[in-house]
Amino acid sequence: MAKQILSPLPGTFYRRPAPDKPNYKYDGDAIAVGDVIGLIEVMKTFNEVKAELAGKIKNFVADNEEPVMAGQVLVEMV
Amino acid sequence: MPISKLLIANRGEIAVRIIRAARALGIKTVQVHSAADVDSLAVRMADEAVNIGPPHAAKSYLNIANIIAAAQQTGADAVHPGYGFLAENAGFADAVVAAGMKFVGPSGDAIRTMGDKVAARNAAKAAGVPYVPGSDGRIDDLHEALALAGKIGFPIMIKAAAGGGGRGIRIAQNMEEFEQLMPQASAEALAAFGDGGLYLEKVIEKARHIEVQILGDGKRAIHCFERECSLQRRRQKVWEEAPSAALPQIVREKLCKSAVGLAEAVNYSGAGTLEYLYDDKTQEFYFIEMNTRIQVEHPVTEMITGIDLVQEMIRIAGGEPLRFEQSDVKMKGHAIEVRINAEDPAKNFIPNPGTITTLKVPDGTGTRFDTMLFEGYQVPPFYDSLLGKLIVWAETRAEAIALMARALNDLEVGGIKTTKPLHQLLALDADVQSANFHTRWLEPWLEKNAGRLVS
Repeated sequence: MAKQILSPLPGTFYRRPAPDKPNYKYDGDAIAVGDVIGLIEVMKTFNEVKAELAGKIKNFVADNEEPVMAGQVLVEMV
Repeated sequence: MPISKLLIANRGEIAVRIIRAARALGIKTVQVHSAADVDSLAVRMADEAVNIGPPHAAKSYLNIANIIAAAQQTGADAVHPGYGFLAENAGFADAVVAAGMKFVGPSGDAIRTMGDKVAARNAAKAAGVPYVPGSDGRIDDLHEALALAGKIGFPIMIKAAAGGGGRGIRIAQNMEEFEQLMPQASAEALAAFGDGGLYLEKVIEKARHIEVQILGDGKRAIHCFERECSLQRRRQKVWEEAPSAALPQIVREKLCKSAVGLAEAVNYSGAGTLEYLYDDKTQEFYFIEMNTRIQVEHPVTEMITGIDLVQEMIRIAGGEPLRFEQSDVKMKGHAIEVRINAEDPAKNFIPNPGTITTLKVPDGTGTRFDTMLFEGYQVPPFYDSLLGKLIVWAETRAEAIALMARALNDLEVGGIKTTKPLHQLLALDADVQSANFHTRWLEPWLEKNAGRLVS
């Protein structure tokens, strides 16, 4: 089964730590367990989304600033 | 010309509150909403609703162009901004007026003046309102600093002019410490920020947060007494009261008079709140800032004065002069409001959006619950965690606290964790019951009582 990173919370997904900063990760990046891949904003609080598996990012399914549900796929991994 | 159709540029409980006020005045309502709020109570209650964009607030509730377009499309002749979002955005107030509508609030210029810390401080100074004593600008000279420190009084805060976010702050308890810390602070500021300039500000220890509600029509202003909001967590108010239990009558009169003076000095129009720090020990109060909008905790003022503040601000925006003389405003009894938030107090207040499975609301004399909840409502994760405000009124403060405890027991919000257990504990606390608190009281209390905050 293909590996995925799911949103742990409902909220707004952000790919970068601040509007003027680069993305945490890009398509094709290798990731280790515990790497931050984005933020979820829930009721004005920001929560880091961390990789629970090591591997390589195939692509981001969720866009920056996209509203997401808990359990929704954020990232497809190779 | 009176307002005939009001657009509400907000959401949640305050949108519901504004619709109720408009209805009472025979005014039609237009509720703008994001895609996440299609099923909200405010949308259901309003005469018309317009979708103004995606869930993200920057694309909907903060989108000035879309809100103005919605107002024009529905023929609204006024806009109420509520609190938060665009409520204190001078550019929004200007845009509403430029589009030929009325803004339910002060002019863009008044928002600009009172929204700027230095300008507001200068306005306070000109109106003779006391503010936190300090250097009125940066200090580069040690001798000048020593003379000023003696005048301001101790303890005193030394802040780096180029610092920020709490960095570069030192506190001196007396002149001896000050003489020692001042050169150190200057050298450190120079090393850390490339600028040795410093500011001085008096430290107000164990201050209470006390604020005065005012109403103005651009010519004249009145006050509706004070609220005390000293119970705060991370600078967010948690429990609010009117009147303050700590204020002697003579200080109350002085405080409220100063607020009216400042409001009149800036020709204030609408509802506004002047926030102060109050020092029990010296009975001195210091102006901090003015909020140029309706506030979350306005209901406690309504409960003790019988004045509907939201209706009054709509009437004023419609061109009516103030309907009250100061002598018409009387306070009676004591009111308390607690904020019911979608947060789990047992887990460091983590946000808790989700579906409301059951809702039981307390009622009876002196009990009010301002909310946007209904059974089956899905609390979206995109906005503030405020679900509702439980407000009680009784003849005395002790009776109000007892009523609050009973009302909290009767309040049932099923499906998600809320801050109700926190308020139940606070209502039983001896310090809360004797109003023995200040703005830094709640956070240590939360640490001490973490084990009892089981939801």
